[in-house]
Order: sequence, then structure tokens, then C-alpha cells
Amino acid sequence: MRNKDEYDRINNRFSLLKKEKRKGLITFITALDPNIDVFEKILNGLPNAGADFIEIGIPFSDPMADGPSIQLSSRRVLENKFQLKQLFYSLSKLRKTDDVTPVILMGYYNPIFSFGIKKFVDSAVSVGVDALIVVDLPPEEADELYQEANAKNLHLIFLIAPTTNEQRFSVILEKASGFLYYVSIKGITGTSSPDMSQVEERVNLVRSKTSLPIAVGFGIKSEKQAYDFAKCSDAVVVGSAIVDIITENINGSEKSFNSLPSKVFDFVNTLSKGVTGSSF
Amino acid sequence: MLKNTQFSHEDVERTSHFGQFGGRYVAETLMPLILEVERAYSSAKKDHSFLKELEDFLSNYAGRPSPLYFAERLTDFFGGAKIYFKRDELNHTGSHKINNCLGQILLARRMGKKRIIAETGAGQHGVATATVCARFGLDCEIYMGAKDISRQQPNVFRMKLLGAKVHAVETGSATLKEAMNEALRDWVANVDDTYYLIGTAAGPHPYPTMVRDFQSVIGKELKKQILRVENRLPDYLVACVGGGSNAIGLFHPFLNDQEVNLIGVEAAGKGLDTFEHAASISGGIPGILHGNCTYLLQDNEGQIRDAHSISAGLDYPGIGPEHAWLHDIKRVKYVSARDDEALESFQLCSSLEGIIPALEPSHALSYIGKFAPSLSKDNIIVMNMCGRGDKDIFTVANALDYEI
Repeated sequence: MRNKDEYDRINNRFSLLKKEKRKGLITFITALDPNIDVFEKILNGLPNAGADFIEIGIPFSDPMADGPSIQLSSRRVLENKFQLKQLFYSLSKLRKTDDVTPVILMGYYNPIFSFGIKKFVDSAVSVGVDALIVVDLPPEEADELYQEANAKNLHLIFLIAPTTNEQRFSVILEKASGFLYYVSIKGITGTSSPDMSQVEERVNLVRSKTSLPIAVGFGIKSEKQAYDFAKCSDAVVVGSAIVDIITENINGSEKSFNSLPSKVFDFVNTLSKGVTGSSF
Repeated sequence: MLKNTQFSHEDVERTSHFGQFGGRYVAETLMPLILEVERAYSSAKKDHSFLKELEDFLSNYAGRPSPLYFAERLTDFFGGAKIYFKRDELNHTGSHKINNCLGQILLARRMGKKRIIAETGAGQHGVATATVCARFGLDCEIYMGAKDISRQQPNVFRMKLLGAKVHAVETGSATLKEAMNEALRDWVANVDDTYYLIGTAAGPHPYPTMVRDFQSVIGKELKKQILRVENRLPDYLVACVGGGSNAIGLFHPFLNDQEVNLIGVEAAGKGLDTFEHAASISGGIPGILHGNCTYLLQDNEGQIRDAHSISAGLDYPGIGPEHAWLHDIKRVKYVSARDDEALESFQLCSSLEGIIPALEPSHALSYIGKFAPSLSKDNIIVMNMCGRGDKDIFTVANALDYEI
């Protein structure tokens, strides 16, 4: 378990949500999607639009846990010659104007491994990243990253799946901090719709094992679903549905490019109302 | 001779890694399932009735043991060491892939799984999987890159005849790597009833170890055969390496026989000095993909590069983790052969031995052509003829500008 300190944006955000008696909205976008300029505009505007946490996907050539939406966004970003150092630079600019919204990087292990684990952790922390989710790094393989992250007070967020049995909880909880991410479906991101009662039952089971906040994600696409799943969790994650808005609006004219951020913000605002509405 | 079929006593539970390589780099949804496969396999391999049933299927269904053949005319042609072929292309379905499929299908049945998925490159593993699924009455879905589907039409039709559903994977380079991504996505979404029958000695633990164990029948048979014929162990064992299942199956029983030189031949495509090759060890660096840490073709940002080989079965940017380790500890020497060299050996073997080899082992033969002539006539080389070339005739005809 990492040290708590007053600069911990994730803990602070969950404390604030608790104080305001609200649930949180975690919005996912793919790094530098659809280009650096528009990405930075979306990034900077997300908190005002209602995002309580910002999750950014590091693109990978082989996103095995992702559905068609995020596969597509990853590919277009990679075709634009994605570089991690550019992402870090964009994040450092965000922190000049916003030092409270938690930023979570989500990705696959190889780009981190290739960058150098220590160098990656140092760079992420120096630009104000608060947590990492590494999809294909179960706790059994995470010792090296855990040690580096823990030393720098960077949270490692672990996933708990519908298939995770109780024996695995202790293995996961030993390294988990910040919050837990409950994967609401058996499947890849943004595909089938999760079943409310099953998720609730599982989240309650997880809750009996830990005091960490629990976020729910994979397959949540609408205000109504955000409302429903916020009821049984502390935060909901919406990813593919936001990425789809970007996908739908990049093939048109330059005008549609310019209006892209506001379309994303409108949708995030709607989701935020769903999440907030369920808090009472 | 199969009476003594036994798995290596190396304890699967002891380590999920080969040095820094191997491991279980999978999403949490799959983790409990991978652990279940490991438990099931570790109990099965100690179960006499399981081993006996496998042995029976290997002999009476697959046709093992495969012969050890002295390739006299190639030996004369190269004018150096004696060259033998381990004839795994004579197995039912035409390659070594059936050895592993029989083992895993018995395991899947034991685990109560009703639906089998698999990835395939050349289609050899897809055909072998579809075959055992037909034999055991299990649903079968095969993921295959769209590019491979177009260059391996005969195998696609065979899979369909055997009752399998073949999914064309269009993303990326539309070859084996993407097929494996799609198979993993399918598995995550169908964890309850589905067994993923991985075709090569790669992927998350326990697959690399399990596939190696099932393929080790190749090396174990060879050891007895060569002792009978030559009264000594060979000087060189040579096999092609994509993921590396035929090579590890050949090499593994000889790892402790230091006098036996082991050579793995990767696909150099259009040349190692181009980006169009599939030689992960010669041209890659360690990284993580498809559940394991191994040598991978990748760019400076850790993005996996597309591989290239004329042989669909070698067209993969990674290699099994045990090979990565055997390279690092210098027990196996990894070399490479180009598309054009493999094509030449394909024709040479056909015309001199009356054996049309698959393009995959044609790579191994190319390398033999480079070093056999300089050896003495007392030296012995054994090459694993891991597949037959019927599936490749369209590709080869096309490369030779011959219209079929």
C-alpha cells in the first residue's frame, strides 16, 4: 500500500466526491486522438464538462482487450507516429492550468517496458500522472513496475473481472491502490452491455474485501447506464462511446474538426448528469 | 516404441518463466482461466489414462512414430555430412501440428469445454485443430488473417470440410499476429465454455511448456531411431522457427546432450537488412506480446512491427519464450534464411528426394545447404521435415511466375 499524502489527487478527488455526496465520472480518450491540437483542447476542457477523472489510453499496435472503437482510435494515432514523449508534453501543459483533476494512463505493458520502466514512471510522475492501469500486467507479473511506482507514489490500478475468484482478491489487493476497476462484462471494451444486477452483486462482494473505492467500466455508453452503474459503485468509466464521437467527426470538413471538442463536452456533460443524478 | 511416452519431469508449476522470458501477461478476465488450464494440465500429465489415450491417438490416428529417413541424394548433392529427415510431414493432416492438437483436445475435453478456438497462420494448425474437433465432436472456430486466407486457400477449404468456422481477420497486416489478437478477444468474451487451443510454443504460461511437452514426442522418437541406425547421437539438429513448436519438440529431449548442436532457422524474408522479415531473434529485442515476454520485432516506441515471410507459418513477429531463453544461454544457435533461398530449397528437395516440403522446413534446408558441404562425411545432420508442401503450391507457383 502506498503512502497517503495530501497531494494525492485520486484520494483527494474521492474524498471530495464523498463530501459532495456524488459519484465520479471517469472519461477515457485515446492519447493524441485525433491529433495533438484537438486532443489538447479536449483534455483541457474535460474537467469543466463534468469529468471527475481523466483516463488516457496509450495506443498499442495489438490492443487485445479492446473492442473495435479503441482499436480504431489506437490505429489512427499510431499512423500519426505516436510518441510517448509528446503525450507527456501535452500532459505537462494540462497541469499548468489544472492541478487537481486526476490523470490515469491506461495501456499495454510493451510500450512501457520498451520506454524503460523506471524512466516511464519518472516521466509520468513529473508531468502529473496519478495512476497507471496496465491491461496485460496481472499482479503476478507486476513486481518491477509496482516497486518503481510505489516509490514515486504513483498508483497502480488493478482490474477485477467477472471471472476473478475470491482466492485472487488477496493477490490483487496486495498491490492495488487508488481505486479498483471492476470490469463489468466478460469481454472486450465497448462491446456488450453489462448486466446491472450481476455487476451490483460482484461489486458488493469486492467491497466486502477492501476499503478502496470501486469504479465500474467496459460497455457503459449512455446517460442511463451511467446513472444505473453509478448507483452500485463510486465511479463509472466511459471510453468507447466518447472515442466513437471522435471517430464519427474526423472524416468531414475542417469545421467538423473544430466543433469536435464541444461535441465531446456535450456528451460528457450528459454522462455527468447521469452519474450525479444517481447520487441522491 | 511409444510405450514410454512421458513428459519431461520439469515441474510446470515450479516456474512460469524461462529466465526473463515467458510469464503470464494477460488481462485479468483471462487470468483465472489460464490458472485453470495450468492446474488441469499438471494433473493430466500425471494421469496414466490420459497419457495412454494420447499415446493411442498418436499411433493410430496421427500415424506416429514418424520415420527417420536418410536423404541420400541431398547428402550427395551437398557432398558433406549425412542428412536425415525426421518425417513429421507424414503425420495425419500433413504436419507436426497434430501432436499438440491431440494433447490439447484431450485436455479440453477433460476440462469439460465444448467450444474450441484457435489461431492459424499457414492453416496447418487450423486444419489440425479442425480435425481433432471433428473427431471429438466439439465446435471449432478458427481465426486466420485475411492475407493468409488468400495464400492458403486449400487449407481454408479443408477446415471448412472438417466443420470449422473460419473467421477472416482484416486488421493490421492481416496475418498470424492479428489472428492471435482476435482469438484472445474471442476467449475473453467466451471464457465459460471455450478452450483456446494455441498452436505454437508461445502465449501465456502454461502454453509454451505444454505445447513443448506435446511436441517433444518428435525428439524422443528421433533419439531412439538415430541410436538404432547410427548407434550415436547426431551432430546437428536443424529446424525452422516461427513460434517454434516443431523446433522445441525436436530440440528439447537433446538439451542436455551437449555434443548435439542445435540450430533454429528463422525466416529472413527479403533480408535482415530490410524491415521485411520475420526473424525475431536476429532482428528483435525483448518485449511483451500475446501473454509472454520474448524477442519481438518492434519499433522504438514498443509498437510491434509487421513481420514478413513467404511462408505463412513463419510470418510472426515473435518467438516462443523458451527459444528466447535458449538463445540467451547460447544452447541453441539461431540463424536465418531468406524467401528466395527457401524457394530454391523447396525445388531442390522436390526434385532430388521426391519430397515436396512445406515452405517452413525449406528454410531449415536452406541453412543446411550452407554448412553441410563443409562438414565431413562422418557428421550427421537431422532436419525436422515438419510439414508437407501441398498447401504451398499456389504460393510457389506464383513466386516462380508459373500459372496454375
